[in-house]
Amino acid sequence: MADAALHPARPEAASAFRSPVTEPLGFRVFAIGVTVLLMALFLLLPLAAVFVEAFRFGLDKYLEVFKNPDAIGAIKLTLLVAAIAVPCNLIFGIAAAWSIAKYRFPGRAFLISLIDLPFSVSPVVAGLVYILLLGSNSAIGSWLLQDFGIRVIFAVPGVVLATIFVTFPFIARELIPLMEDQGNGDEEAAISLGASGWQAFWYVTLPNVKWALLYGVLLCNARAMGEFGAVAVLSGKLRGETVTMPLQVELFYNEYMTVAAFSLASVLAGLALVTLVVKSWLEWRYADQLATGARTH
Amino acid sequence: MATFRFREPSIIPGFRLTFGFTIFYLMVIVIIPIAGLFLKTFELDWQAFYPIISGPRFLAALKLSFGASLLAAMFNAVIGVLVAWVLVRYEFPGRRALDAMVDLPFALPTAVAGISLASIYSPNGWIGSLFAPFGIKIAYTPLGIWIALVFIGLPFVVRSVQPVLQDFSKEIEEASATLGASRPQTISRVMLPALLPAILTGFSLAFARAVGEYGSVIFIAGNLPRQTEILPLLIVFRLEEFNYAAAAAIAAVMLVASFIILLAINLIQVWSQRRFGNG
Repeated sequence: MADAALHPARPEAASAFRSPVTEPLGFRVFAIGVTVLLMALFLLLPLAAVFVEAFRFGLDKYLEVFKNPDAIGAIKLTLLVAAIAVPCNLIFGIAAAWSIAKYRFPGRAFLISLIDLPFSVSPVVAGLVYILLLGSNSAIGSWLLQDFGIRVIFAVPGVVLATIFVTFPFIARELIPLMEDQGNGDEEAAISLGASGWQAFWYVTLPNVKWALLYGVLLCNARAMGEFGAVAVLSGKLRGETVTMPLQVELFYNEYMTVAAFSLASVLAGLALVTLVVKSWLEWRYADQLATGARTH
Repeated sequence: MATFRFREPSIIPGFRLTFGFTIFYLMVIVIIPIAGLFLKTFELDWQAFYPIISGPRFLAALKLSFGASLLAAMFNAVIGVLVAWVLVRYEFPGRRALDAMVDLPFALPTAVAGISLASIYSPNGWIGSLFAPFGIKIAYTPLGIWIALVFIGLPFVVRSVQPVLQDFSKEIEEASATLGASRPQTISRVMLPALLPAILTGFSLAFARAVGEYGSVIFIAGNLPRQTEILPLLIVFRLEEFNYAAAAAIAAVMLVASFIILLAINLIQVWSQRRFGNG
């Protein structure tokens, strides 16, 4: 009441007031317009084109690709590869986060940089390094092939290895900053109350980081199923055997089977959309339980 | 008895197991394969190495890869700041959806983006057909490569700048305004310098990603030697010829470039933390 008496309302002044820390309305509308236009042009249009091209000749033509044995083989292989690569990197991510976030030792920052290394290596180079290391004319490759009959390069193990390489940092880099932020207090309390290390991890640490873990798995899986460059170099493209979905999309496209290429691509685009929706939901709902800071993958 | 300790003491068990596994897995998956690449390159003597890195086809690919990546990253730096600004500072319907959309290039498999961009920008595609009557070709030219690289690099600057802009304290802007600065002056002289480290980080990440990008580029590039052939594609061609030494040499050049970029990112972050207290 006193406030109102001291500061009588002055409607004409209120409407003329403009906050000094924002931009004029006209500029704001312009900036929002330009942003929406750019995003529509560069992001939405390519996404829409996938579905438009896929359904260009109707639903029947669209569904035909899912009867193609090559496409079915590719879908199965993609699921298999992700089912191996994601758990491998999950175990690594947890181990790396535990050792880096829970202890202090020299070289921690360097170790984190090394874990991020696969992000700055071209996918093609990632494929190449395994060909050089495990190809049939390398020492390890010829040993595996002649003594055990295991083909790594131009076979499924190579595809799995390439996928593990390119998705290597995803889970570790979600967990490390979060577990560092959370500190050791909870685990130390559990252990001084008599819990074993496994119990402390299982009942204390894991519930603390479960959403960040899911977040990392989500991103890791999206990349694992969609990886193209590294897998293309290592697969040898034996139809129905070493061809993943993205590679099959390329094969269809290069054979001018455009509808088949885009139909299969639409499944991957759908996966990307689901990933984005779940990711945004996690960011919105559990923002406080995810690692903070710049998210640049 | 003073013994050397590698790590500071802690009652939490499991260091040996997790640290050992981390190092082992890192060695097997990342370090040994990459070291092998350099060993393979060192097998070449200078007489064999020099022609590979001085041939006109390699130099053209090098120039195209780094040039197009630089131009794409620069464009991304500008629109990335604009997009981050709009998403952080303005309220409008659909903002959250737009924010989620920014990550699409991370989520969409590169091959899918590649065929989609190629179909849009080809002479009879949605956008390509608008430019075709004027004699402007987009797909199968360096311009098409640039568009693909803009697409895959778009999220980096936005996601680097966004958190810094979010945490930017309003008091500094208010102080600037109180001291008589106009809004453009506040933005260009007070806010942009503080955002600069984040912009540079995002720029470097987008640049590094663009140099190595393969899937989204090869469909739209046309892949003509010396004209629209990027470095990663040249590696693939050398591999298909079973010329592993040449492929390794090109990859080594690319890797060294990536390491330098990575080092630059880290230095920028160290510098910015000292200068501005955020990254």
